[in-house]
Amino acid sequence: MSWVSKTLNSTLGKKLLMALTGLFLILFLVVHLAGNLQLIFPDEGKSFNIYAETMATNPLIRVVSILNFGFILLHAVYAVILTRHNKKSRPIGYAVSKASENSTWSSRSMGILGTLIFIFLLVHLRGFWYELKFGEVPMVTYDGVSYKDSFAIVSAAYQNILYVIFYVVSMGVLAFHLSHGFASAFQTLGINHTKYTPFIKKLGLAFAIIVPALFALIPIVMFIQGS
Amino acid sequence: MNLTLKVWRQQNPSDKGGFKEYKLSGISADMSFLEMLDVLNEDLSEKGEDPVHFDHDCREGICGMCSLYINGQPHGPTQTTTCQLHMRSFKDGDTITIEPWRANAFPIVKDLVVDRGSFDRIIQSGGYVSVNTGGVPDANEIPIPKIIADEAFDSATCIGCGACVAACKNASAMLFVSAKVSQLALLPQGKVEKRERAEKMVAQMDEEGFGACTNTGACSAECPKEIDLSNIARMNREYFAASLSTEKS
Amino acid sequence: MKLDSKIPNGPLAEKWTNHKFNVKLVNPANKRKYNIIVVGTGLAGASAAASLAELGYNVQAFCFQDSPRRAHSIAAQGGINAAKNYQNDGDSVFRLFYDTIKGGDYRSREANVYRLAQVSVNIIDQCVAQGVPFAREYGGLLANRSFGGAQVSRTFYARGQTGQQLLLGAYSALSRQVANGKVKLYPRTEMMDVVTIDGKAKGIVTRNLITGAVESHSGDAVLLCTGGYGNVFFLSTNAMGSNVTAAWRAHKKGAYFSNPCYTQIHPTCIPVSGDHQSKLTLMSESLRNDGRVWVPKTVEMAEKLRKKEIAPKDIKDEDRDYYLETKYPSFGNLVPRDVASRNAKYVCDDGRGVNETGEAVFLDFRDAILRDGEDAVRGKYGNLFDMYEKITGENPYKTPMKIYPAVHYTMGGLWVDYNLMTNVSGLYALGEANFSDHGANRLGASALMQGLADGYFVIPYTIGDYLAKHPNEKISVDHPEFKKCEEEVKAKIQNLLSINGSKTVDHFHKKLGKIMWNYCGMARNAAGLTKAKEMIKELKKEFWADVKVLGTGEELNLSLEKAHRVADFLELGELMVVDALHREESCGGHFREEHQTPEGEALRDDEKFAYVAAWEYAGDGKEEILNKEDLVFENVKLTQRSYK
Ligand SMILES: Cc1cc2nc3c(=O)[nH]c(=O)nc-3n(C[C@H](O)[C@H](O)[C@H](O)COP(=O)(O)OP(=O)(O)OC[C@H]3O[C@@H](n4cnc5c(N)ncnc54)[C@H](O)[C@@H]3O)c2cc1C
Ligand code: HEM
Ligand code: SF4
Ligand code: FES
Repeated sequence: MSWVSKTLNSTLGKKLLMALTGLFLILFLVVHLAGNLQLIFPDEGKSFNIYAETMATNPLIRVVSILNFGFILLHAVYAVILTRHNKKSRPIGYAVSKASENSTWSSRSMGILGTLIFIFLLVHLRGFWYELKFGEVPMVTYDGVSYKDSFAIVSAAYQNILYVIFYVVSMGVLAFHLSHGFASAFQTLGINHTKYTPFIKKLGLAFAIIVPALFALIPIVMFIQGS
Repeated sequence: MNLTLKVWRQQNPSDKGGFKEYKLSGISADMSFLEMLDVLNEDLSEKGEDPVHFDHDCREGICGMCSLYINGQPHGPTQTTTCQLHMRSFKDGDTITIEPWRANAFPIVKDLVVDRGSFDRIIQSGGYVSVNTGGVPDANEIPIPKIIADEAFDSATCIGCGACVAACKNASAMLFVSAKVSQLALLPQGKVEKRERAEKMVAQMDEEGFGACTNTGACSAECPKEIDLSNIARMNREYFAASLSTEKS
Repeated sequence: MKLDSKIPNGPLAEKWTNHKFNVKLVNPANKRKYNIIVVGTGLAGASAAASLAELGYNVQAFCFQDSPRRAHSIAAQGGINAAKNYQNDGDSVFRLFYDTIKGGDYRSREANVYRLAQVSVNIIDQCVAQGVPFAREYGGLLANRSFGGAQVSRTFYARGQTGQQLLLGAYSALSRQVANGKVKLYPRTEMMDVVTIDGKAKGIVTRNLITGAVESHSGDAVLLCTGGYGNVFFLSTNAMGSNVTAAWRAHKKGAYFSNPCYTQIHPTCIPVSGDHQSKLTLMSESLRNDGRVWVPKTVEMAEKLRKKEIAPKDIKDEDRDYYLETKYPSFGNLVPRDVASRNAKYVCDDGRGVNETGEAVFLDFRDAILRDGEDAVRGKYGNLFDMYEKITGENPYKTPMKIYPAVHYTMGGLWVDYNLMTNVSGLYALGEANFSDHGANRLGASALMQGLADGYFVIPYTIGDYLAKHPNEKISVDHPEFKKCEEEVKAKIQNLLSINGSKTVDHFHKKLGKIMWNYCGMARNAAGLTKAKEMIKELKKEFWADVKVLGTGEELNLSLEKAHRVADFLELGELMVVDALHREESCGGHFREEHQTPEGEALRDDEKFAYVAAWEYAGDGKEEILNKEDLVFENVKLTQRSYK
């Protein structure tokens, strides 16, 4: 076995992949959020549409987005592998367990949280990415250049209250995933120090609250604006 | 005080096993948890029933032999070993559920006794400094900064009880393994082999069928010796550095 | 039989060096042909097994715990002595030798003790090289403290967990040899008997504690490293499983048992709190460096304390009797263990004990906390204080600790010569299981030293001499002697299981413990001992008629394990009493009330008793035969110990 596959096949190596892909996804969340916040700029979707077009055509962005899909898949695949391995490591469970005494709920529920995120991602991609890429999208023209009116698709979708609720709940799930995942990734990478770890933990918590909250804000605002 | 015990009874590894309920009275708050079980066993023996088998030896919290998952927590509600747990931590009328450590790598032997040989095999895979007896330098030849020595000592206090595995939702042995990897990686004497050691011990840990680490921290929160999670981070570092740098694959 | 201690000739300081040169060596290529059986994986056993395997011998190592790392050595707290003189306070090999001989009340062999002091320095080097994290100073060098009666700081320590760290070091060396294929481990395996063929130890018979299988193992030599027998008292600071079985069965196969009555009672243990008590917990002796021992001056005040009408802090200094400090001004609270223990007994017998049972004295840190601050005290003793609080529910930073003596260590054990071989060829005893180095009383921090000295630095040399002279002949475990021995063991198991009486094993053990503590404990006298002998005989009879051992022999069966051990304790107890009765003097841990100075100190009789008593088993129900090894002192002058 080559050293690469040996390392990556160990439990530590698998976790390393989780952490690296997880951190990449965290970065992606930031970029994605920056773009999405333009949805609620009071300019009838102009800046968002321009942004969406750039995202869809810029070759560099395209590479990154393919990577991103790959990483989500990798993260999910390894999540499944690890979670199954971990379940096998304790074939018979305890009759009484007071796990809340020693660990947080989110840390123990990464698998379920991740699965929910995965479902969300599927719905999300089907609803927007697929629609925008392969569906019928109306066009708008700004300064003589015509763009796909992505904004119209999004704001249409956010008129459905069920859709909005699904979104908001999913962001809640993401928040819990991140509340453990953010700091955990650093620990996995071996970054633990009495000076910095408390800061990383706080930053992680802040990130886990703020980023999903802002994501959730978008459909809510658009729903209110639309009705 | 009066207590109801629900104890896991299992005749042998292949037996299915199940809980049995016992009533105990006249337990004093000054008793240790194991002394309370001694009372139960004396009762059972007098009645001609097979006593409850459990592991213990030093009863001082240092040999790491005692185990028991008590009311949903390894070593019970306080952060000590079961032998150092005292009945003052319980109330009159309590029901106490006692289970064995549960992990694929800790098969049950009988009742509450499990086989922790996997821990020994992990140490055998590399938990040592390769020096023979004799021919070593004078003990004061290599000064070691006090903070380093103290930190190594903190890691070295692990008693190999397995509570970390029992507590972890994944039955992961990361805390135990990392404590040894850390102790030796910190000290100049152990540094020489730190890379190979990390690789070998992790490989053995995986082979024994322990789970992976989700960094929940349950291990450290339940560890009677308060082994810190930073040990796990250090092992991760050592392991990745080793993978990138050791020459043999 | 004449006992030959095989002490090498020549001046004391050169004996060991000369001996190492004179012993025969086994050719490196031949070493791998020899099989060595090591029973016990404590400091002595693990260090011996690892060192012998490193040399190339094949080793089989046995212990009854689930892992070698759990041997009772793990519990040692205080530290380990070595004549390094790192502190420049006047220590030397000779001083450590002298202190050990004197501390042992002149009942040990000069040559052995000198060798022990010599190799002590190598032990520290070895352990540091293994990664044992000893305490260090800010400059990065090793720290030392003074311990149990020593006037120099020669004790190395790892917080309050020295034994743990040393054992884990030895265990790691052992584990390395397991990985190398040179050591085969047999955990959860109890040695049931030694097998001798033509007068030579050739193997052992064991019981697999999980499956109950009775099995034979053959080897070219057998090393018993099975620890002490303090649990004969039921309550002691030993681990629950500590036992005499291995040594006792060897004794019954011809090995002499020496000085069984020398037991050490440790002064600083947590007092007994009730009948349910299963073991006693030691608080490290190092506490006496800063803690002051006292009881109230009057019985009235002590009574008020017992009834909890007053708290310790309500007692003014002038009403406190710091009895060790007044009686022994130069040593104060640091007098040797036996002196400290006996004095605690006296003040309690006097009615001035301070807890409900009246059997406890105070160990007070008030002054140390005032002088150095609570943090400094926590730094030194934090984990001990925590342990105390966990067990008793009292906070020693706020209120003085309560302590009382408890059985702790047994100086007696299998008789061995300078090579650590018993009088049975090829059968060795190491560590606490032998009688060798501590005379009638062991100094603090010297047992760890002895165990590791025996295992790392003595046996690797001395065993070669025997093996070289005995070309190895593979003896199959099908040999009739092995089969016979297996049958005997099985019969004994069957016998125990078939009695099906009405009393549990613990019932007998507790009873035996009471007899031993009352009549063969801190102070002994002829009348009491004579009575005890009869009582034990009775109890033994009752045991074999009325013990109840449940379950079968073919499974993990804790009551069967205990029954074997208690059966042997009953026999040992009787021999201890016989030994104590015959030794008409007081020395170290053996205090005969008939023999004391006007000040109540132990009064030796060097004329008559400067010898090692080596008891020879004479058959079931027969009185054991006394053999004597005279102790010759050429380098120290015998003096009455005085700690005034
Ligand atoms: C609480 C406490 C504190 C102490 N503190 C100190 C201290 O600070 N300094 C100091 O120098 N000394 C101290 N001592 C004494 C010292 O710890 C012991 O004397 C020493 O560790 C004994 O080591 P050992 O290797 O001879 O035996 P042990 O460590 O007792 O090992 C015995 C081994 O034999 C095995 N065994 C026993 N019987 C059988 C059998 N029938 N079959 C198979 N295996 C068997 C056991 O499994 C075990 O592996 C202390 C002792 C106690 C009790
Ligand atoms: C935007 C999406 C996501 C982000 C930002 C993210 C981030 C993270 C991070 C940072 C970690 C911590 C890694 C570590 O402990 O080293 C993590 C762990 C985990 N993630 Fe995700 N994740 C995302 C999506 C998913 C998805 C889709 C799944 C599942 C299908 C998933 C399942 C898991 C699981 C199971 C773990 C825990 C693994 C373990 O330690 O056992 N995650 N995630
Ligand atoms: S790390 Fe803690 S819980 Fe795990 S084996 Fe060591 S002492 Fe026990
Ligand atoms: S019995 Fe030794 S740690 Fe509990």
